[in-house]
Amino acid sequence: MARPADLLRKLGHATVERVWRLGFAARFFWVVLLYSGASFRRLPLTLREIYFSGVLSLIIILVSGLFVGLVLGLQGFEILQRFGSTEALGTLVALSLTRELGPVLAAIFFASRAGSSVTAEIGLMKATEQLKAMDMMAVNPIARVVAPRFWGGVISMPLLAAIFSAMGVLGGWLIGVVFIGVDDGSYWSQMQSSVDFRFDVWNGIVKSFVFGVAVSLIAVFEGYDSVPTAEGVSRAITRTVVTSVLAVLALDFVLTSFMFRGTS
Amino acid sequence: MNRTVLDLWVGFFVALGIAAVMFLALKVGNLSSARLSETYVLQAKFDNIGGLKVRGPVKSAGVVVGRISDIRFDAETYEAVVEMTIDGRYRFPKDTFASIFTAGLLGEQYIGFDAGGDEKMLQAGDTIAKTQSAVVLEKLISQFLFSKAADGQDKK
Amino acid sequence: MSDDVLVDIEDLHFTYDGRPVLQGINMKIPRGKVVAIMGGSGCGKTTLLRCIGGQLRPSGGRVRLEKHQVCGMSQAELYNLRRRMGMLFQFGALFTDMSVFDNVAFPMREHTDLSEEMIRDLVLMKLEAVGLRGAHKLMPGELSGGMARRVALARALALDPMLVMYDEPFTGLDPIALGVIGQLIRKLNDALGATSIMVTHDIQESLLIVDYIYFLNGGRVVAQGTPDEIRASADPFVHQFVHAEPDGPVHFDYPAPSIRQEFLSGVRHG
Repeated sequence: MARPADLLRKLGHATVERVWRLGFAARFFWVVLLYSGASFRRLPLTLREIYFSGVLSLIIILVSGLFVGLVLGLQGFEILQRFGSTEALGTLVALSLTRELGPVLAAIFFASRAGSSVTAEIGLMKATEQLKAMDMMAVNPIARVVAPRFWGGVISMPLLAAIFSAMGVLGGWLIGVVFIGVDDGSYWSQMQSSVDFRFDVWNGIVKSFVFGVAVSLIAVFEGYDSVPTAEGVSRAITRTVVTSVLAVLALDFVLTSFMFRGTS
Repeated sequence: MNRTVLDLWVGFFVALGIAAVMFLALKVGNLSSARLSETYVLQAKFDNIGGLKVRGPVKSAGVVVGRISDIRFDAETYEAVVEMTIDGRYRFPKDTFASIFTAGLLGEQYIGFDAGGDEKMLQAGDTIAKTQSAVVLEKLISQFLFSKAADGQDKK
Repeated sequence: MSDDVLVDIEDLHFTYDGRPVLQGINMKIPRGKVVAIMGGSGCGKTTLLRCIGGQLRPSGGRVRLEKHQVCGMSQAELYNLRRRMGMLFQFGALFTDMSVFDNVAFPMREHTDLSEEMIRDLVLMKLEAVGLRGAHKLMPGELSGGMARRVALARALALDPMLVMYDEPFTGLDPIALGVIGQLIRKLNDALGATSIMVTHDIQESLLIVDYIYFLNGGRVVAQGTPDEIRASADPFVHQFVHAEPDGPVHFDYPAPSIRQEFLSGVRHG
């Protein structure tokens, strides 16, 4: 028994498996785009998915956005106080939310709330042969089931991220201005003078759009590719959440290094 | 789920999302003040811009009147060319003095305008003639030390 | 003869992961008949059905449906053909997020431009045919196994197909529901002038309703005939199957080395 050779073989096998799956996912992405026509020609299909991914994620986004804002306000005030610049609290809260925390945290909450349920739904449809039945009825399951869920997620994500950031700014205002007593005027004016729409807000929206594409694609792919058993579907759900979170963080690093390179 | 109820919720969600974007743009960001009004572009050349950055503020009498939109290097004159986008509501005389200041001792650097007395105003695309470069801290310190040393020599 | 054959299968081979599943199947399914394909679990019955529907691509041989060659068709051509096929899946495969009504209306809404009133009438007619018109508002989760199967049958027949395929229609049903489904399959086939292919291992029910039976074992057709011929058959395989005997040509034991050899060799598992 040659242990090192065995290990090497396992490593090779795992690598080939991963790369093969990545290629399969890329091909799947292309096919989803190809069959996306019906998602827009028959808008009710996509609207229904916006309801399930967007509207039903609203509560968790509103509440967590508010709390992240409250914490940022509290911690930010505590730190800024040491430098005697508490009037910069608005800037701190708004910049960290619009640039990073809003898109990233909203995407992670979205992956665990909406992404996992999309995977479960598609996985169960596969396990109970609903997708095959649809295919036998001459209805393409990618066009009818997968693409609307993908686009529903892509459309919902930037809106959710914007709502998250707005709630966070309000949360920071609540704790900083209402409870601690930072000047109301300087909270907003400092914020406005340092937050640029195109640079900070728009880049945040672009980020959340990219995250929306990534998380939605992972969710529909894991569902469609799941092993059609109860165990297979539950594993696929776990993979959706784990892969989405890692993908969001990795993409965030790449996007940040491109967007905010060499400025301020 | 009833179709109309579903449509209503989706409509509410999209409206809320757009309201959030508007809130971020107008109340949090600066879209309301600088972007909605007309702007024009001015240029200025400096020997040394220090740590000036694109998107830094342009101030006059302490009020932000514009932003730095571009910084280039002129290979013929070996000077830095700074392009500024100025709020269209404000006009400055031809002999306005543009200097690079630092907010506080170690704060961000910005361009300050000191208005002159000329009757003619700067037009879009004009270059400001009178500029003063950034104060580089190392130079300042070495100057101070040299003058101190010179003082000491004189006394002997 | 050839005009009356709706599905003609010639020397069909299918290999999955290097394991041969179908090894040279020849079958002729006449128009208007109900044909059963029988065999033990895992003998390739469902695979055969998937090949006829074009969901699996055989590794050799031909499937002809009317005058169309199913293998090698493009996706669009296949979809065109499938509009005239219906399929009942093993457990019904109803869309769990839609009501019974919407399930039956699904193929009509997807493939026709009929008005909602027209679809309403058609759906209620189809549900009436399977005796479930009163259940049109229920969700699939609220149905019993037999009712779900009947709704799925109504859905498979929604577009009046020329060919209906049944994948294990009797699995997991109580004797009453089983008899109901069996009678419905026969009755609706004759009423619609369709042709039915039924994959099943329920010999007793099939003998009552079908016109012709094929027996499959190990990916090959091992016996065939009308129900009367099958009942009278002396073929050991058919005999074992009809009388549900535990051992015969189909072995009870999974192929393995002899028990003595296994215990003595000391091979580690896992």
